[in-house]
Amino acid sequence: MGIVTTLRNQALSDALARAEPAGSVGAWRLRVERLHAYFGRVHAVRGLSIAIAAHRITAIIGPSGCGKSTFLRCLNRMHEVVPGARVEGRVYLDGEDIYAPYVDPVTIRRRVGMVFQRPAPFPTMSIYDNVAAGLRLAGVRDRRRLDEAVERSLRQAALWDEVKDALGKPGTSLSGGQQQRLCIARALAVGPEVLLMDEPASALDPASTSKIEELARTLRETLTIVIVTHNMQQAARVSDNTAFMLAGELVEYGPTPQIFTRPGDHRTEDYVTGRFG
Amino acid sequence: MITPARTARRRLVTDRVMTALFLAAIVVAVAPLVSVLGYIVAQGVSGITWAFFTRLPAPVGEGGGGMANALVGTLTLIALASCVGVPVGILGGLFLAEIGGGALGWWIRFTADVLNGVPSIVVGVFVYALVVVPMKRFSALAGGIALGIMMIPLVMRTTEEMVRLVPAALREASLALGIPWWVTTLRVTLRAATAGVITGVMLAVARIGGETAPLLFTAFNTQYWQAGWDQPIASLTVQLYNYAIAPYDDWHRQAWAAALVLMAIVLVLNVAARAAGRPRSLGG
Amino acid sequence: MFRSQVGREAEALLLPPGGARPRRWADRTFRGALTAPGLVVVLLVAWIAVELTGAAMPAIRRFGPAFLWTSRWDPVHNVFGALPFVYGTIASSVLAVVIGVPISLGVAIYLAEIAGARTARLLSCLIELVAAIPSVILGLWGIFVLAPWVRTVVEPPLAAVLGWLPLFSGPAYGIGLLAAGIILAIMVIPVVSSVSRDALRAVPQEQREAMYALGATRWEVIRHAVLPYGRSGIIGAIILGFGRAFGETMAVTMVIGNRPQIAPSLFQPAYTIAAALANEFSEATSDLYLSALVEMALVLFAVSLLVNGAAQWLVSRMTRA
Repeated sequence: MGIVTTLRNQALSDALARAEPAGSVGAWRLRVERLHAYFGRVHAVRGLSIAIAAHRITAIIGPSGCGKSTFLRCLNRMHEVVPGARVEGRVYLDGEDIYAPYVDPVTIRRRVGMVFQRPAPFPTMSIYDNVAAGLRLAGVRDRRRLDEAVERSLRQAALWDEVKDALGKPGTSLSGGQQQRLCIARALAVGPEVLLMDEPASALDPASTSKIEELARTLRETLTIVIVTHNMQQAARVSDNTAFMLAGELVEYGPTPQIFTRPGDHRTEDYVTGRFG
Repeated sequence: MITPARTARRRLVTDRVMTALFLAAIVVAVAPLVSVLGYIVAQGVSGITWAFFTRLPAPVGEGGGGMANALVGTLTLIALASCVGVPVGILGGLFLAEIGGGALGWWIRFTADVLNGVPSIVVGVFVYALVVVPMKRFSALAGGIALGIMMIPLVMRTTEEMVRLVPAALREASLALGIPWWVTTLRVTLRAATAGVITGVMLAVARIGGETAPLLFTAFNTQYWQAGWDQPIASLTVQLYNYAIAPYDDWHRQAWAAALVLMAIVLVLNVAARAAGRPRSLGG
Repeated sequence: MFRSQVGREAEALLLPPGGARPRRWADRTFRGALTAPGLVVVLLVAWIAVELTGAAMPAIRRFGPAFLWTSRWDPVHNVFGALPFVYGTIASSVLAVVIGVPISLGVAIYLAEIAGARTARLLSCLIELVAAIPSVILGLWGIFVLAPWVRTVVEPPLAAVLGWLPLFSGPAYGIGLLAAGIILAIMVIPVVSSVSRDALRAVPQEQREAMYALGATRWEVIRHAVLPYGRSGIIGAIILGFGRAFGETMAVTMVIGNRPQIAPSLFQPAYTIAAALANEFSEATSDLYLSALVEMALVLFAVSLLVNGAAQWLVSRMTRA
């Protein structure tokens, strides 16, 4: 990401933050129009349309199998990596359709980063190399730029103090919670505008989980975050807006307090009050 | 604007080039198969005559000879080898599947893999020292033993794999009926795995049927019918070898014909085994 | 031994706390009958080692370890040095690995990472069929098809471009070390590609996804996430391939030229231990001659033990890790 683009994004986000108060559905970073996703013939996401607000945390909740992870993966074109998978519809990132025919998925995935459910640091690489991996792929060779980026990302992921003296150790030598923060740092290093988190804390202990949630709230100032979670309390704690999905469709979407206290759709109400799922 | 930067274009080109290289590797890996099969058919067809299957080899310079003794010889050797290889292999495979956990099982499995990796010519040397020297002659028996030794690890591994696939519930249902363990293993477990075990044996037969090196100084070769278990015996493979390295065109033609017959047998066995659901690996 | 409650109760029936039931001895006999073949295998390997060493003793005592690095092989004067054969064996196997491993890796990567499921199954079937071709048939094809092709199509351009290197000097016979290396590579590819493919398939999908999510092309995912992870399995595959090439007899002896010499050029004929055994064993005139040949067989045996042991260990690490 060049300096000019970063500055431009920063200016834009400042403007957006000033324009809309926190907690309400603000300006769009991502706009999804009638998205359909298929695994072969299985229709996993059905005609979903939603607008994701910039500099907010949007949670996607729903019972397992409702298609929330599949939907998330459509936002950075990871869904199509699965053989036989197909996507229809449009997803606009800052006004441009990421599924347009001339668009290269590789560039999208740098702008929209992802953190997965189980921390997957590259075992043959050191902590430093893990974080630098994305930048090196993009062609960054300059040692100083890499050093700066690695330190910046590890600080952003609240991991720097714990690993700064052990950057050469293998990525897998950390604890589970630390590994997940390493993966977050790795995703942040390439400077994405959006960070997608697919149940990032479900494989972690409660202490690490709260660290991750805290992290998400601080990252919100520089990024837009979309988080899929099956844990409703987590969604309620962490997110600004919440979307409820059921059987591949978007049932309801709105500010988090509203979804959890005064849901409009009875299905939403059934889910958040624990009647199913 | 979402356009690839200059670096990104180089990466895309590299991706395409590497994919093309991998595809080229596939072509290179499959090409010899196509070439070998093609030449065998093209060159061997003319040698497939009635004489080939019924006549004995003719003396040098005379045409019209055949490989009848070699065909029968190979079948005889396979039968002899199976007497050794099949029982030991199946029982050993049963052992590994039923009682094979723990240190003993591990060592036996490891040794079987090692035996599998021993070069076939070394097995030939071993059987030479063991059988040919005391008997003071080359013999079909020695050849059969050499091939049998090579069969053992092959059959063991495939039997183990196939028996392992038999669901535990079947075994346990039989035991729960009060049927003793040894009866259960033989009549329930092994019977359930029969198809797989047979395909394993077929694959092993295809392997040893094509072996030449261990026969070179155990069964040796002969231009006549087999005279007895303690006499040399002809085989397709050794005969093929001798004809291929000789300078006579007629013999070359017969060598190609022999290759056609041998390859056909090997292919049929392999394809049949695959169709019946082949074991995953032959351990080699 | 048995997992279900029913199974365990059944097992308890077979091993009563009190006196032996009439069926129990049958189980124990059967158990012994099953263990015996397994022990036969162990016995066999040990026996091979013993017999070979015994038969090789005269030569071992006469020539000592220098046997391996003396190059004079003279049956007439009863002087035997195995160096030409050792050289030929190592050279042809190394050549087989150098030619075969890149192709095998390409095949493995294509089948594991790029091809669709049906294509992958069909192609891997075909490649395994190459492994099913008997060595002597490959040798036949080698004599009449490969060697002339090497002589007319492969060696002249190599000689023209790289002829100044000793590796590619001299006349182009066709038959020789290069042809042997190529045919061994053909035989090694199915094994190495199959085991490598397993190693690559064992790489967890989340590693690939993590790399994709950073904005990597497919080749970059393979290169930076998949191949490093599957390293030990691939190395095991390569060692297995080397071991296979090492002991190969028929195809090699038919195209290598069977001349016991050590020449730097790949175009020259050579001789391997296995080929020497195949050609000279039945014609060994003196006891010492035979003993020297058996000593070479012993060397082959020992190396195959080492190589297979190492490869098995590496590959088992891949499935455990």
